[in-house]
Amino acid sequence: MDTNKDNREGIGGMANPGRYGIERVAYWLMRLSGLGLLVYFIAHIYETSSILRGEVGWNELMAMTDTPEFHIVLIIVIGMCVFHTVNGIRVMLGHGGVGVGRPTRPDYPYAPASQNTRHKIAIYSAIVLAAIAMVYGSTVLFGV
Amino acid sequence: MNNTIKLRVKRSATDDFDEFTIPVQKWTTVLECILHAKHQFDHSIAVRYSCRQATCGSCGMKINGKPSLACFTKVSEIDSDTITVEPMSNFPIIRDLAVKFDRLFENHRKVMPYMDNTPPESSRMHIQSPAELDKFIQFANCIKCGLCNSACPTMATDTSFTGPQALAQAYRYVADSRDKDKDKRLRIIDDSHGIWRCHFAGSCSQVCPKGVDPAMGIQLLRGYMLGLSD
Repeated sequence: MDTNKDNREGIGGMANPGRYGIERVAYWLMRLSGLGLLVYFIAHIYETSSILRGEVGWNELMAMTDTPEFHIVLIIVIGMCVFHTVNGIRVMLGHGGVGVGRPTRPDYPYAPASQNTRHKIAIYSAIVLAAIAMVYGSTVLFGV
Repeated sequence: MNNTIKLRVKRSATDDFDEFTIPVQKWTTVLECILHAKHQFDHSIAVRYSCRQATCGSCGMKINGKPSLACFTKVSEIDSDTITVEPMSNFPIIRDLAVKFDRLFENHRKVMPYMDNTPPESSRMHIQSPAELDKFIQFANCIKCGLCNSACPTMATDTSFTGPQALAQAYRYVADSRDKDKDKRLRIIDDSHGIWRCHFAGSCSQVCPKGVDPAMGIQLLRGYMLGLSD
């Protein structure tokens, strides 16, 4: 018998986002990148606070983070940051009713106006820009 | 396409799937498959249905993972020889495919889905232009099937969220030029678990079988409350 009496999908509902189209994928990436940036933000505060231990403490931490593994983390952070910013602008405009279309008399087959091409282009742009920023970041960090 | 499909029905008693082989034709709907299984193999399968023409909103369920109306989904539209039907998510299960709608109706009532249309003193009737009608008529198509609430990722995690169905109906009445209860209705939905909880994932609009587009209604209503749209 199902113990979840409300039959809620819960966080597991975010799995398989593709079944609802690219908008749901963007929703999923937005949450993922938001949490990732929060973790990075906390780690970044810890990292920069090492200056309080003087030059030695700072240099020790710099030596620890100056590794290929940490560079890969930074490249992912760059991607998350760019995606979250660009998609965030799209979502904020949408929240204000900008670019979501106007009500009309719908005809079958119904294509929701709020899921229009402008929004899809904005989502794909956010993904492409994040990828470009990651490629640029890797050329800087790895010097290739 | 094969002349038979495998129908997998989620059973609440065992929390597992029962499988049936169902003969189909190109016009066979998923509801007809379920009824065939119910009539020929296991009459204990619980399913709610009525009109069979996407008007009553009774037969909402997850078909291959996506909320859909069983009467409005043809087997030939599904690119698979296996069809899995489950009860809609975010609704308490009564039995098998039948779910409780109490909360959906409670939230629907909460947003005052009616209007105070006392006619203006100068006239005995309201005059509404076609343009004014177009502002809300799309949202009047809602059949309260609950598919939008089932697809919504916020409904999946927030037990107090008003939900896309009720919020879209709030917009339907707020946008109606005859209504005089706009402020009262806006105060009800102006809540952290009300209109501000929507994150514009748009899944509600993806699954709506009547073209209501709840995501648009919610964003337009939010824009109105923020003073960004009329």
